[in-house]
Amino acid sequence: MLHELATASSESWISFNWDSLFSNFLPATRDGITYGGIYALVAVGYTLVYGVLNLINFAHSEVFISGAYAVVFTLTGLGFDGNSPNLGTIPLIGDLLVALLAGAVTSAVVAVLVERIAYRPLRARGAPRLAFLITAIGVSFAIQYLIFLWRGSVAEPSVRMVPVKAIFQIGDTLIFLNQIIIVVAALAMMIAVDQFVRRTRTGRGIRAVAQDPDTATLMGVSTERIIVLTFAIGGLLAGAAGLFYIMQVPSGAIYNGGFVLGIKAFAAAVLGGIGNIRGALLGGFLLGLIGNYGQYLLGDAQWNDVVCFVVLLLVLMVRPEGILGSSLAKVRA
Amino acid sequence: MSMGKDPLGGVHAEQQEDNAQAAEDQPRSGGVLGGVRRWWAGLERWQQWILLAVFLVLVLLLPVINPPIISTPDTDFSIACFNMARFALAALGLNVVVGQAGLLDLGYVGFFAIGCYVAALWTSPDSSYVHIPYLFTLPLAMVVTAFFGILLGVPTLRLRGDYLAIVTLGFGEIIRLLANIVPALKGNTGFQNIGMPPGTRDGKPLFENGTAWYMLTVLIIVAVMLLLGNLERSRVGRAWIAIREDEDAAETMGVPTFKYKLWAFAIGAAIGGLSGALFAGQVGFINNQRFDVPTSMLFLAAVVLGGSGNKFGAIIGGAIVSYVPDRFTGIADYKYLIFGVVLVVLMIFRPQGLLPARNHLLAAIRRLRDWVGSAPSGTPSTAATGATSVSLGKEKDR
Repeated sequence: MLHELATASSESWISFNWDSLFSNFLPATRDGITYGGIYALVAVGYTLVYGVLNLINFAHSEVFISGAYAVVFTLTGLGFDGNSPNLGTIPLIGDLLVALLAGAVTSAVVAVLVERIAYRPLRARGAPRLAFLITAIGVSFAIQYLIFLWRGSVAEPSVRMVPVKAIFQIGDTLIFLNQIIIVVAALAMMIAVDQFVRRTRTGRGIRAVAQDPDTATLMGVSTERIIVLTFAIGGLLAGAAGLFYIMQVPSGAIYNGGFVLGIKAFAAAVLGGIGNIRGALLGGFLLGLIGNYGQYLLGDAQWNDVVCFVVLLLVLMVRPEGILGSSLAKVRA
Repeated sequence: MSMGKDPLGGVHAEQQEDNAQAAEDQPRSGGVLGGVRRWWAGLERWQQWILLAVFLVLVLLLPVINPPIISTPDTDFSIACFNMARFALAALGLNVVVGQAGLLDLGYVGFFAIGCYVAALWTSPDSSYVHIPYLFTLPLAMVVTAFFGILLGVPTLRLRGDYLAIVTLGFGEIIRLLANIVPALKGNTGFQNIGMPPGTRDGKPLFENGTAWYMLTVLIIVAVMLLLGNLERSRVGRAWIAIREDEDAAETMGVPTFKYKLWAFAIGAAIGGLSGALFAGQVGFINNQRFDVPTSMLFLAAVVLGGSGNKFGAIIGGAIVSYVPDRFTGIADYKYLIFGVVLVVLMIFRPQGLLPARNHLLAAIRRLRDWVGSAPSGTPSTAATGATSVSLGKEKDR
């Protein structure tokens, strides 16, 4: 019997393939940075809402995926399909902006609706934290299965809007146009949000509410308006992430497609320091890289999710305030 | 049986006045439920026991009676009954985590899955591990899942509750992925001919149909309720209530919150694993397709619907969540949507669920204060009004 046990356990369930990692190092880095930009944009939504309300908005993953759906519908409406289009620069930018607008507005509307319908009644009653979390998960699944009932269990047909075209190459690794657009645009948006929160009057209001809602109200900040605004900003960025996600994964619009990405984005937010916008950016890129390296090291794309999850656990164990530190310093109770 | 002292029937006959007052404290628990509760509290203890015994026999015979309107049209009713029972058992375990200790566990299906795989790995001929009789896998499944609960709980339970929620949410998905990619768990192929308890009738295995499984599960539920009832009335149970109501205050008063949160998490996980092992045994075949994350949400809906913190409520909630899609097959596709909406609506309009939890501890303190207050020195007894309300219903700052 012992022998049987030994043979069973010698059947290794995890193997490290360092050769695969080294030979795929550059593509893994490229994909990791691309996905990192997407994670970072979604992570900002978690981080802002968490910073202001101390609430994990589980429905944010559905805010993201509804943006991705809006992008797919818009592009299909504009006549794009799964083939690489042949577009000039100006029409390309125009279509990109239209799709961006559609995704961002849809996601923002969904985010604000979720706040209005699900969270505001609880806030008005002063419900305990657990009630918020339970509502959040309820909303998340309700939206997910609303999409499921509407569009079915299959992904939408893939759409490509950016021509599949390599711009330059490092070694043997081609860098594609869509990846450059994603990373540059994600960086620009993150910087814009960061500056918005740091420099503008409204941004000061957000920071004030994050620090102390009661005092902020006394100082003349409209807390409710700031909260709605926070959800809207998070939604706008999640919608943009939806566009980029479709650019990277053309058939990515599926009813539960937001779920795992949402968890990874949250892990990115925690990794960088939740409540911290720059932390979300850093955490997003780091998690994208770690996940992709782990995927090649362990030999299956599904390991990507597992590795990211283990990173989340490790961060919580070793440094729960994240790399850059939570700007609220409220991570530990 | 434990039901004699569970929240539904916790108040003894001589405390009728308190009970009436408690009913006033919770105006929403009036109506039919409140009336039943008052009637129940008015009975003598021995009458309660007899009624419960009759009730248990009726519950046990449910698949044999197979009442025409209640019976499920497209599912074998004994199987539907077993599914109700296993959902109820899982909800009972999740109730310890969510309802008693106030921790949100969103990856409960992960523990359920681990229980299934323990039963499969040690009884199925497809597995190369040592084979043991099926009934031994039940305690083994509990031990293994409790271990995983501790493994997951140690890094997260030191932090605020939100982290536990998202980590457990990820955990459920990770268990599903691991079932895909770990060769020993055989992915989509899965395990067949998972063992069952011994015993034959008319030359056929006794546990071939759902009825025997259902009865076994109901008896296990009764045993688990007895054990949990004792635990709730112990130091552990009091610590859980303290943590749920105000973790910082509990910590300040010297309750080792981390330790007791870990207890709740591990015990909840173990019961989930037990439910999973029973499921694996009854179905006889498991693979990686059976543990989708949304099932965790159904378990949570069961607990919240029944009444977070109320064992009896958790059982009723679990039975409802499993029964409704089986009975009304037309809405089976909508079940995740429906129960997701149910969660939101309940949290907004009736956070205490169908059967609100009762806090014996707080009620006893209030009686004590009332008693002190009725003494000539006259301490106002208003201080403790509303002490019996459950945390979810309680107005409280974030």
